[in-house]
Amino acid sequence: MTPADVVGRLRSGMTIGIGGWGSRRKPMHLVRALLRSDVKDLTVVTFGGPDIGLLCAAGKVKRAVYAFVADDVAGPTNKHSPVLEPHFRKARQAGMIEDEPYDEGMVLLGLQAAAWRVPFLPTRVGLGSDLLRDNPRLKTVRSPYDDAEELVAMPALHLDAALVHLNRADAKGNAVYLGPDPYFDDLMLAAADRGYLSCERIVDTGDLLKETSIHALRINRSNVHGVVEAPGGAELTSCEPDYERDEALHGQYMASAKSDEAWQEFWSTWVEGK
Amino acid sequence: MTRADVCAVAVAECFRGDGEILANPIGTIPMCGGRLARATFEPDLLMTDGEAALIANDEAFEWPGGKVYELWNPYRAMFDIVWSGKRHVMMGATQVDQYGNQNIAAIGDYAKPKTQLLGYRGAPGNTVNNTTSYWVPSHTPQVLCAKVDTVCGVGYDRAAALGAAAKYHEIRRVVTNLAVLDFETPDHRMRIRSVHPGVTPAEVQEATGFELVVPDDVPPTREPTDEELRLLHEVIDPKGLRLKEVPE
Repeated sequence: MTPADVVGRLRSGMTIGIGGWGSRRKPMHLVRALLRSDVKDLTVVTFGGPDIGLLCAAGKVKRAVYAFVADDVAGPTNKHSPVLEPHFRKARQAGMIEDEPYDEGMVLLGLQAAAWRVPFLPTRVGLGSDLLRDNPRLKTVRSPYDDAEELVAMPALHLDAALVHLNRADAKGNAVYLGPDPYFDDLMLAAADRGYLSCERIVDTGDLLKETSIHALRINRSNVHGVVEAPGGAELTSCEPDYERDEALHGQYMASAKSDEAWQEFWSTWVEGK
Repeated sequence: MTRADVCAVAVAECFRGDGEILANPIGTIPMCGGRLARATFEPDLLMTDGEAALIANDEAFEWPGGKVYELWNPYRAMFDIVWSGKRHVMMGATQVDQYGNQNIAAIGDYAKPKTQLLGYRGAPGNTVNNTTSYWVPSHTPQVLCAKVDTVCGVGYDRAAALGAAAKYHEIRRVVTNLAVLDFETPDHRMRIRSVHPGVTPAEVQEATGFELVVPDDVPPTREPTDEELRLLHEVIDPKGLRLKEVPE
Protein backbone atom coordinates (compact mmCIF):
# COMPACT_ATOMS: atom_id res chain seq x y z
CA MET A 1 0.00 0.00 0.00
CA THR A 2 0.90 3.66 -0.24
CA PRO A 3 0.16 6.31 2.37
CA ALA A 4 -2.58 7.60 0.04
CA ASP A 5 -4.12 4.10 -0.09
CA VAL A 6 -4.30 4.10 3.72
CA VAL A 7 -5.93 7.49 3.84
CA GLY A 8 -8.35 6.37 1.12
CA ARG A 9 -9.77 4.00 3.71
CA LEU A 10 -10.32 6.72 6.30
CA ARG A 11 -13.44 8.85 6.52
CA SER A 12 -14.28 12.23 7.96
CA GLY A 13 -15.54 12.05 11.53
CA MET A 14 -13.49 8.99 12.44
CA THR A 15 -11.60 8.48 15.70
CA ILE A 16 -7.96 7.88 14.78
CA GLY A 17 -5.18 6.74 17.09
CA ILE A 18 -1.66 7.81 16.17
CA GLY A 19 1.28 5.80 17.52
CA GLY A 20 4.70 6.93 18.65
CA TRP A 21 5.29 9.33 21.51
CA GLY A 22 5.88 13.08 21.44
CA SER A 23 8.60 13.58 18.89
CA ARG A 24 9.42 9.90 18.54
CA ARG A 25 8.57 7.34 15.86
CA LYS A 26 5.43 9.08 14.64
CA PRO A 27 3.87 7.78 11.37
CA MET A 28 4.47 11.11 9.67
CA HIS A 29 4.17 9.95 6.08
CA LEU A 30 0.71 8.61 6.88
CA VAL A 31 -0.09 11.89 8.65
CA ARG A 32 1.14 13.81 5.62
CA ALA A 33 -1.15 11.82 3.34
CA LEU A 34 -3.98 12.69 5.70
CA LEU A 35 -3.04 16.37 5.44
CA ARG A 36 -3.25 16.16 1.65
CA SER A 37 -6.67 14.49 1.72
CA ASP A 38 -10.15 15.91 2.22
CA VAL A 39 -10.69 13.80 5.36
CA LYS A 40 -11.58 16.07 8.30
CA ASP A 41 -13.50 16.34 11.61
CA LEU A 42 -11.20 13.80 13.18
CA THR A 43 -11.05 12.78 16.80
CA VAL A 44 -7.34 12.19 17.37
CA VAL A 45 -6.02 9.99 20.19
CA THR A 46 -2.31 10.52 20.67
CA PHE A 47 0.71 10.79 22.92
CA GLY A 48 1.02 13.97 20.97
CA GLY A 49 3.72 15.74 19.03
CA PRO A 50 3.92 17.20 15.52
CA ASP A 51 1.33 14.64 14.34
CA ILE A 52 -1.57 16.36 16.04
CA GLY A 53 0.14 19.74 15.65
CA LEU A 54 0.06 19.47 11.87
CA LEU A 55 -3.46 18.10 11.84
CA CYS A 56 -4.60 21.04 13.98
CA ALA A 57 -2.86 23.53 11.73
CA ALA A 58 -4.58 21.99 8.70
CA GLY A 59 -8.00 22.20 10.37
CA LYS A 60 -8.46 18.42 10.43
CA VAL A 61 -9.03 18.01 14.16
CA LYS A 62 -12.46 18.17 15.72
CA ARG A 63 -11.44 16.75 19.08
CA ALA A 64 -8.12 16.07 20.80
CA VAL A 65 -7.88 13.09 23.17
CA TYR A 66 -4.53 13.28 24.93
CA ALA A 67 -2.53 13.59 28.14
CA PHE A 68 0.14 15.86 26.73
CA VAL A 69 1.20 17.39 23.44
CA ALA A 70 4.85 18.35 23.19
CA ASP A 71 7.50 18.27 20.55
CA ASP A 72 9.83 17.05 23.21
CA VAL A 73 9.68 16.06 26.80
CA ALA A 74 11.21 17.57 29.89
CA GLY A 75 14.44 15.88 30.80
CA PRO A 76 18.08 16.88 30.83
CA THR A 77 19.17 13.61 29.27
CA ASN A 78 17.26 14.35 26.12
CA LYS A 79 19.20 15.75 23.24
CA HIS A 80 16.63 18.50 22.90
CA SER A 81 15.17 20.94 25.34
CA PRO A 82 11.48 20.56 26.09
CA VAL A 83 9.32 22.41 23.62
CA LEU A 84 5.59 22.89 23.68
CA GLU A 85 3.77 22.14 20.44
CA PRO A 86 3.10 25.47 18.69
CA HIS A 87 0.25 24.53 16.35
CA PHE A 88 -1.63 22.61 19.02
CA ARG A 89 -1.30 25.59 21.36
CA LYS A 90 -2.68 27.94 18.74
CA ALA A 91 -5.67 25.69 18.11
CA ARG A 92 -6.41 25.33 21.82
CA GLN A 93 -5.98 29.02 22.57
CA ALA A 94 -8.24 29.95 19.68
CA GLY A 95 -10.87 27.51 20.92
CA MET A 96 -10.80 25.72 17.59
CA ILE A 97 -10.79 22.15 18.89
CA GLU A 98 -12.73 20.16 21.44
CA ASP A 99 -10.56 19.03 24.31
CA GLU A 100 -10.70 15.64 26.03
CA PRO A 101 -7.85 15.55 28.54
CA TYR A 102 -6.52 12.55 30.46
CA ASP A 103 -3.57 11.55 32.57
CA GLU A 104 -1.12 9.61 30.40
CA GLY A 105 -1.67 6.40 32.34
CA MET A 106 -5.40 6.76 31.74
CA VAL A 107 -4.79 6.75 27.98
CA LEU A 108 -3.00 3.43 28.44
CA LEU A 109 -6.00 2.09 30.38
CA GLY A 110 -8.49 3.42 27.82
CA LEU A 111 -6.69 1.73 24.94
CA GLN A 112 -6.34 -1.46 26.98
CA ALA A 113 -10.06 -1.43 27.80
CA ALA A 114 -10.91 -1.03 24.12
CA ALA A 115 -8.49 -3.82 23.20
CA TRP A 116 -10.04 -6.10 25.84
CA ARG A 117 -13.58 -5.10 24.81
CA VAL A 118 -14.65 -3.92 28.27
CA PRO A 119 -16.37 -0.54 28.77
CA PHE A 120 -13.92 0.82 31.33
CA LEU A 121 -11.03 0.00 33.63
CA PRO A 122 -10.95 1.26 37.23
CA THR A 123 -8.17 3.49 38.50
CA ARG A 124 -7.38 5.88 41.28
CA VAL A 125 -5.89 8.26 38.71
CA GLY A 126 -7.82 11.50 38.27
CA LEU A 127 -9.36 11.63 41.73
CA GLY A 128 -8.87 15.03 43.35
CA SER A 129 -7.63 16.67 40.15
CA ASP A 130 -9.56 18.92 37.77
CA LEU A 131 -9.69 16.13 35.18
CA LEU A 132 -13.21 15.30 36.34
CA ARG A 133 -14.13 18.98 35.81
CA ASP A 134 -12.47 19.34 32.42
CA ASN A 135 -13.42 15.95 31.00
CA PRO A 136 -17.16 15.34 31.49
CA ARG A 137 -16.78 11.93 29.89
CA LEU A 138 -15.12 10.70 33.09
CA LYS A 139 -17.33 9.06 35.69
CA THR A 140 -16.56 7.27 38.92
CA VAL A 141 -17.48 3.75 39.98
CA ARG A 142 -17.72 2.20 43.43
CA SER A 143 -15.91 -1.02 44.18
CA PRO A 144 -18.43 -3.84 44.76
CA TYR A 145 -16.05 -5.41 47.25
CA ASP A 146 -15.70 -4.77 50.99
CA ASP A 147 -13.45 -1.75 50.51
CA ALA A 148 -16.28 0.07 48.67
CA GLU A 149 -13.65 2.45 47.31
CA GLU A 150 -14.71 5.05 44.76
CA LEU A 151 -12.54 4.94 41.66
CA VAL A 152 -12.43 6.58 38.27
CA ALA A 153 -13.94 4.43 35.51
CA MET A 154 -11.58 5.13 32.64
CA PRO A 155 -13.72 4.65 29.50
CA ALA A 156 -12.52 2.47 26.65
CA LEU A 157 -10.87 4.57 23.94
CA HIS A 158 -12.14 2.71 20.94
CA LEU A 159 -10.49 3.68 17.66
CA ASP A 160 -11.91 3.47 14.16
CA ALA A 161 -8.36 3.31 12.85
CA ALA A 162 -4.81 3.34 14.16
CA LEU A 163 -1.74 4.64 12.34
CA VAL A 164 1.72 3.52 13.52
CA HIS A 165 5.29 3.48 12.24
CA LEU A 166 7.69 0.64 13.00
CA ASN A 167 11.29 -0.06 12.01
CA ARG A 168 10.77 -3.39 10.19
CA ALA A 169 7.70 -5.29 9.11
CA ASP A 170 6.80 -8.10 6.78
CA ALA A 171 4.14 -7.77 4.12
CA LYS A 172 1.52 -9.38 6.38
CA GLY A 173 1.91 -6.85 9.22
CA ASN A 174 4.20 -8.64 11.64
CA ALA A 175 6.58 -5.95 12.86
CA VAL A 176 9.42 -5.11 15.22
CA TYR A 177 10.64 -1.92 16.82
CA LEU A 178 14.43 -1.56 17.01
CA GLY A 179 14.63 1.37 19.45
CA PRO A 180 14.36 1.08 23.22
CA ASP A 181 10.61 1.59 23.54
CA PRO A 182 7.55 0.12 21.81
CA TYR A 183 5.55 3.14 23.02
CA PHE A 184 1.85 2.21 22.78
CA ASP A 185 1.73 1.17 19.14
CA ASP A 186 0.60 -2.41 19.73
CA LEU A 187 -2.19 -1.20 22.02
CA MET A 188 -3.30 1.42 19.51
CA LEU A 189 -3.62 -1.30 16.88
CA ALA A 190 -5.43 -3.61 19.30
CA ALA A 191 -7.89 -0.83 20.22
CA ALA A 192 -8.73 -0.10 16.58
CA ASP A 193 -11.15 -1.61 14.09
CA ARG A 194 -8.56 -1.12 11.38
CA GLY A 195 -4.81 -0.85 11.85
CA TYR A 196 -2.38 0.64 9.35
CA LEU A 197 1.34 0.29 9.74
CA SER A 198 4.15 2.02 7.91
CA CYS A 199 7.72 0.86 8.30
CA GLU A 200 11.24 1.81 7.34
CA ARG A 201 11.69 -1.44 5.43
CA ILE A 202 9.58 -4.47 4.51
CA VAL A 203 11.53 -7.69 5.04
CA ASP A 204 10.79 -11.39 4.72
CA THR A 205 9.08 -12.84 7.76
CA GLY A 206 12.15 -14.98 8.38
CA ASP A 207 14.31 -11.88 8.58
CA LEU A 208 12.27 -9.98 11.19
CA LEU A 209 14.60 -11.02 14.01
CA LYS A 210 17.83 -10.37 12.09
CA GLU A 211 18.42 -7.09 13.92
CA THR A 212 16.71 -7.80 17.24
CA SER A 213 15.32 -10.51 19.53
CA ILE A 214 11.93 -12.15 19.88
CA HIS A 215 11.00 -9.65 22.62
CA ALA A 216 10.64 -6.90 20.03
CA LEU A 217 8.05 -8.84 18.03
CA ARG A 218 5.12 -6.91 19.50
CA ILE A 219 2.78 -6.32 16.61
CA ASN A 220 0.06 -8.90 16.01
CA ARG A 221 -0.68 -9.01 12.29
CA SER A 222 -4.34 -9.79 12.95
CA ASN A 223 -4.59 -6.17 14.09
CA VAL A 224 -2.94 -4.82 10.93
CA HIS A 225 -4.95 -4.21 7.77
CA GLY A 226 -2.41 -2.48 5.62
CA VAL A 227 1.39 -2.21 5.45
CA VAL A 228 3.24 0.66 3.83
CA GLU A 229 6.96 0.67 3.14
CA ALA A 230 7.95 4.24 3.97
CA PRO A 231 11.69 4.82 4.39
CA GLY A 232 12.07 7.98 6.46
CA GLY A 233 8.38 7.62 7.28
CA ALA A 234 8.79 9.11 10.76
CA GLU A 235 10.59 12.21 9.49
CA LEU A 236 10.18 15.31 11.65
CA THR A 237 10.42 12.85 14.56
CA SER A 238 13.06 10.29 15.53
CA CYS A 239 13.11 6.63 14.52
CA GLU A 240 15.90 5.11 16.57
CA PRO A 241 18.20 3.51 15.62
CA ASP A 242 17.51 4.20 11.95
CA TYR A 243 17.71 7.96 12.36
CA GLU A 244 17.47 10.80 14.83
CA ARG A 245 15.14 13.74 14.48
CA ASP A 246 16.15 16.06 11.63
CA GLU A 247 16.76 19.21 13.65
CA ALA A 248 16.89 21.55 10.66
CA LEU A 249 13.55 20.30 9.38
CA HIS A 250 12.10 20.36 12.86
CA GLY A 251 13.24 23.95 13.27
CA GLN A 252 11.37 24.85 10.08
CA TYR A 253 8.33 23.08 11.45
CA MET A 254 8.46 24.97 14.75
CA ALA A 255 8.86 28.27 12.90
CA SER A 256 5.88 27.47 10.70
CA ALA A 257 3.53 28.45 13.52
CA LYS A 258 4.84 32.01 13.61
CA SER A 259 2.83 33.40 10.72
CA ASP A 260 0.44 32.44 7.95
CA GLU A 261 3.24 32.94 5.45
CA ALA A 262 5.55 30.61 7.36
CA TRP A 263 2.81 27.99 7.50
CA GLN A 264 2.13 28.31 3.76
CA GLU A 265 5.83 27.91 3.13
CA PHE A 266 6.00 24.75 5.25
CA TRP A 267 2.86 23.44 3.60
CA SER A 268 4.18 23.93 0.08
CA THR A 269 7.60 22.46 0.85
CA TRP A 270 6.96 19.63 3.30
CA VAL A 271 3.29 18.77 2.94
CA GLU A 272 2.79 19.27 -0.80
CA GLY A 273 6.35 19.26 -2.00
CA LYS A 274 7.35 15.61 -1.84
CA MET B 1 29.96 26.14 46.10
CA THR B 2 27.24 27.51 43.86
CA ARG B 3 23.52 28.02 44.44
CA ALA B 4 22.99 25.17 41.98
CA ASP B 5 25.07 22.89 44.23
CA VAL B 6 23.01 23.91 47.27
CA CYS B 7 19.83 23.16 45.33
CA ALA B 8 21.17 19.75 44.29
CA VAL B 9 21.87 18.86 47.92
CA ALA B 10 18.40 20.11 48.91
CA VAL B 11 16.92 17.82 46.26
CA ALA B 12 19.04 14.91 47.49
CA GLU B 13 17.70 15.46 51.00
CA CYS B 14 14.13 15.01 49.69
CA PHE B 15 14.96 11.37 48.98
CA ARG B 16 16.53 10.64 52.37
CA GLY B 17 14.89 7.60 53.92
CA ASP B 18 13.17 6.49 50.71
CA GLY B 19 15.07 3.20 50.48
CA GLU B 20 14.60 0.87 47.51
CA ILE B 21 12.17 2.83 45.36
CA LEU B 22 12.40 4.71 42.07
CA ALA B 23 13.72 8.22 42.64
CA ASN B 24 12.35 10.00 39.60
CA PRO B 25 13.45 13.62 39.62
CA ILE B 26 12.60 15.59 36.46
CA GLY B 27 14.83 18.53 35.53
CA THR B 28 18.56 19.11 35.50
CA ILE B 29 19.21 19.90 39.16
CA PRO B 30 16.68 17.29 40.31
CA MET B 31 18.57 14.67 38.28
CA CYS B 32 21.81 15.80 39.93
CA GLY B 33 20.23 15.70 43.37
CA GLY B 34 18.76 12.23 42.93
CA ARG B 35 22.10 10.88 41.71
CA LEU B 36 23.80 12.57 44.66
CA ALA B 37 21.44 10.95 47.18
CA ARG B 38 22.10 7.53 45.71
CA ALA B 39 25.87 8.04 45.56
CA THR B 40 25.96 8.99 49.25
CA PHE B 41 23.29 8.26 51.87
CA GLU B 42 20.53 6.48 49.92
CA PRO B 43 22.31 3.74 47.95
CA ASP B 44 19.27 1.54 47.26
CA LEU B 45 17.41 4.11 45.14
CA LEU B 46 16.55 3.18 41.56
CA MET B 47 16.98 5.80 38.83
CA THR B 48 16.17 6.19 35.15
CA ASP B 49 18.33 7.14 32.19
CA GLY B 50 15.56 9.54 31.13
CA GLU B 51 14.65 7.14 28.35
CA ALA B 52 13.49 3.55 28.62
CA ALA B 53 15.71 2.04 31.33
CA LEU B 54 16.76 2.17 34.95
CA ILE B 55 20.54 2.37 35.26
CA ALA B 56 23.06 2.09 38.07
CA ASN B 57 25.42 4.85 36.87
CA ASP B 58 26.28 7.81 39.09
CA GLU B 59 26.65 10.06 36.03
CA ALA B 60 23.43 11.99 35.47
CA PHE B 61 23.56 13.00 31.82
CA GLU B 62 26.29 11.27 29.85
CA TRP B 63 27.70 7.80 30.21
CA PRO B 64 31.03 7.65 28.42
CA GLY B 65 31.74 4.21 29.85
CA GLY B 66 28.29 2.94 28.86
CA LYS B 67 25.10 2.55 30.82
CA VAL B 68 24.85 -0.10 33.53
CA TYR B 69 21.31 -1.39 33.00
CA GLU B 70 19.14 -2.55 35.88
CA LEU B 71 15.68 -2.67 34.30
CA TRP B 72 14.01 -2.22 30.93
CA ASN B 73 11.44 0.46 31.68
CA PRO B 74 9.58 1.67 28.59
CA TYR B 75 6.91 4.32 29.09
CA ARG B 76 4.14 1.85 29.72
CA ALA B 77 6.15 0.12 32.46
CA MET B 78 6.47 3.38 34.36
CA PHE B 79 2.81 3.10 35.30
CA ASP B 80 3.52 -0.27 36.93
CA ILE B 81 5.94 1.55 39.21
CA VAL B 82 3.77 4.65 39.76
CA TRP B 83 0.65 2.68 40.60
CA SER B 84 2.60 0.33 42.88
CA GLY B 85 3.66 3.37 44.89
CA LYS B 86 7.36 2.47 44.79
CA ARG B 87 8.33 5.88 43.45
CA HIS B 88 9.07 9.40 44.56
CA VAL B 89 8.71 11.81 41.66
CA MET B 90 9.96 15.37 41.59
CA MET B 91 7.97 17.26 38.97
CA GLY B 92 8.13 20.80 37.66
CA ALA B 93 5.25 23.22 38.16
CA THR B 94 4.08 26.19 36.17
CA GLN B 95 1.90 27.03 39.17
CA VAL B 96 1.83 25.56 42.67
CA ASP B 97 -0.34 26.80 45.54
CA GLN B 98 -0.12 26.79 49.34
CA TYR B 99 -1.51 23.24 49.64
CA GLY B 100 0.70 21.86 46.88
CA ASN B 101 -1.84 21.80 44.06
CA GLN B 102 0.12 21.97 40.81
CA ASN B 103 -0.68 23.11 37.28
CA ILE B 104 1.15 22.14 34.09
CA ALA B 105 -1.87 21.99 31.77
CA ALA B 106 -3.00 25.49 30.87
CA ILE B 107 -2.98 29.08 32.12
CA GLY B 108 -6.30 30.90 32.33
CA ASP B 109 -9.73 29.41 31.70
CA TYR B 110 -9.14 25.77 30.84
CA ALA B 111 -11.90 25.69 28.22
CA LYS B 112 -10.17 28.35 26.15
CA PRO B 113 -6.81 28.92 27.77
CA LYS B 114 -4.72 32.04 27.60
CA THR B 115 -1.70 29.76 27.35
CA GLN B 116 -1.88 26.08 26.56
CA LEU B 117 0.92 24.23 28.32
CA LEU B 118 1.86 20.55 28.31
CA GLY B 119 -1.46 19.04 29.38
CA TYR B 120 -2.23 17.05 32.52
CA ARG B 121 0.57 14.63 31.61
CA GLY B 122 1.11 12.27 34.56
CA ALA B 123 0.41 14.66 37.42
CA PRO B 124 -3.02 13.36 38.53
CA GLY B 125 -1.78 9.78 38.65
CA ASN B 126 1.52 10.60 40.28
CA THR B 127 0.08 12.57 43.15
CA VAL B 128 -2.53 10.03 44.26
CA ASN B 129 -0.22 7.04 43.88
CA ASN B 130 3.31 7.90 44.94
CA THR B 131 5.25 10.50 46.88
CA THR B 132 5.64 13.75 44.99
CA SER B 133 7.94 16.76 45.38
CA TYR B 134 8.24 19.83 43.18
CA TRP B 135 11.19 21.66 41.69
CA VAL B 136 10.88 25.39 40.95
CA PRO B 137 14.08 26.81 39.43
CA SER B 138 12.69 30.34 39.45
CA HIS B 139 10.76 31.18 42.63
CA THR B 140 8.24 33.94 41.79
CA PRO B 141 4.70 34.88 42.92
CA GLN B 142 3.47 33.75 39.49
CA VAL B 143 4.70 30.21 40.12
CA LEU B 144 4.04 29.98 43.85
CA CYS B 145 0.59 31.49 43.54
CA ALA B 146 -2.56 31.76 45.65
CA LYS B 147 -4.68 29.65 43.32
CA VAL B 148 -3.68 27.45 40.41
CA ASP B 149 -5.83 27.74 37.29
CA THR B 150 -6.08 23.98 36.77
CA VAL B 151 -5.34 21.30 39.36
CA CYS B 152 -3.20 18.66 37.69
CA GLY B 153 -1.19 17.51 40.70
CA VAL B 154 -3.40 17.04 43.76
CA GLY B 155 -2.60 19.12 46.85
CA TYR B 156 -3.36 18.50 50.50
CA ASP B 157 -6.74 20.29 50.62
CA ARG B 158 -8.02 18.22 47.70
CA ALA B 159 -6.53 15.07 49.21
CA ALA B 160 -8.29 15.76 52.53
CA ALA B 161 -11.60 16.07 50.70
CA LEU B 162 -10.96 12.70 49.04
CA GLY B 163 -10.46 10.94 52.37
CA ALA B 164 -9.43 7.29 52.14
CA ALA B 165 -9.09 7.48 48.36
CA ALA B 166 -6.02 9.64 48.94
CA LYS B 167 -4.33 7.14 51.21
CA TYR B 168 -1.18 7.13 49.09
CA HIS B 169 -0.95 10.91 48.73
CA GLU B 170 2.15 12.71 49.98
CA ILE B 171 3.60 16.00 48.79
CA ARG B 172 6.93 16.03 50.55
CA ARG B 173 8.84 19.15 49.55
CA VAL B 174 9.08 22.05 47.16
CA VAL B 175 12.68 22.93 46.36
CA THR B 176 13.25 26.30 44.70
CA ASN B 177 16.23 28.45 43.82
CA LEU B 178 15.63 30.35 47.08
CA ALA B 179 14.47 27.88 49.69
CA VAL B 180 13.17 24.47 50.69
CA LEU B 181 9.48 24.37 51.55
CA ASP B 182 7.34 21.60 53.03
CA PHE B 183 3.83 20.95 54.31
CA GLU B 184 4.66 19.84 57.85
CA THR B 185 2.04 22.08 59.46
CA PRO B 186 -1.26 21.13 61.18
CA ASP B 187 -3.35 22.05 58.13
CA HIS B 188 -0.66 21.17 55.56
CA ARG B 189 -0.13 24.75 54.47
CA MET B 190 3.24 25.36 52.89
CA ARG B 191 6.00 26.44 55.24
CA ILE B 192 9.57 27.51 54.86
CA ARG B 193 11.74 24.57 55.88
CA SER B 194 15.06 26.26 55.18
CA VAL B 195 16.46 29.18 53.22
CA HIS B 196 19.47 28.83 50.94
CA PRO B 197 22.64 30.56 52.20
CA GLY B 198 22.37 34.29 51.52
CA VAL B 199 18.55 34.32 51.32
CA THR B 200 16.26 35.62 54.09
CA PRO B 201 12.79 34.29 54.96
CA ALA B 202 11.42 37.76 54.11
CA GLU B 203 12.83 37.49 50.59
CA VAL B 204 11.20 34.09 50.18
CA GLN B 205 7.84 35.47 51.36
CA GLU B 206 8.26 38.44 49.00
CA ALA B 207 8.71 36.04 46.07
CA THR B 208 5.62 34.03 47.02
CA GLY B 209 2.02 34.78 46.02
CA PHE B 210 0.44 33.55 49.28
CA GLU B 211 1.24 33.70 52.96
CA LEU B 212 3.83 31.10 53.94
CA VAL B 213 4.09 29.54 57.37
CA VAL B 214 7.36 30.93 58.70
CA PRO B 215 8.77 29.29 61.84
CA ASP B 216 10.50 31.51 64.41
CA ASP B 217 13.81 29.96 63.57
CA VAL B 218 14.31 29.19 59.90
CA PRO B 219 17.55 27.26 59.44
CA PRO B 220 19.79 27.67 56.42
CA THR B 221 19.70 24.91 53.82
CA ARG B 222 22.50 22.44 54.45
CA GLU B 223 25.64 23.22 52.50
CA PRO B 224 27.27 20.51 50.39
CA THR B 225 30.06 18.50 51.97
CA ASP B 226 33.44 18.32 50.22
CA GLU B 227 32.60 14.81 49.05
CA GLU B 228 29.24 15.96 47.69
CA LEU B 229 30.89 18.79 45.80
CA ARG B 230 33.43 16.38 44.36
CA LEU B 231 30.70 14.02 43.20
CA LEU B 232 28.68 16.82 41.62
CA HIS B 233 31.64 18.44 39.87
CA GLU B 234 33.60 15.36 38.82
CA VAL B 235 31.13 12.54 38.42
CA ILE B 236 27.45 13.48 38.33
CA ASP B 237 27.53 16.64 36.20
CA PRO B 238 31.10 17.42 35.12
CA LYS B 239 29.90 19.76 32.37
CA GLY B 240 28.02 21.92 34.87
CA LEU B 241 24.63 21.69 33.16
CA ARG B 242 23.03 22.47 36.51
CA LEU B 243 24.36 26.03 36.28
CA LYS B 244 22.17 26.63 33.24
CA GLU B 245 19.10 25.92 35.35
CA VAL B 246 20.14 28.03 38.34
CA PRO B 247 22.84 30.50 37.28
CA GLU B 248 24.95 32.25 39.87
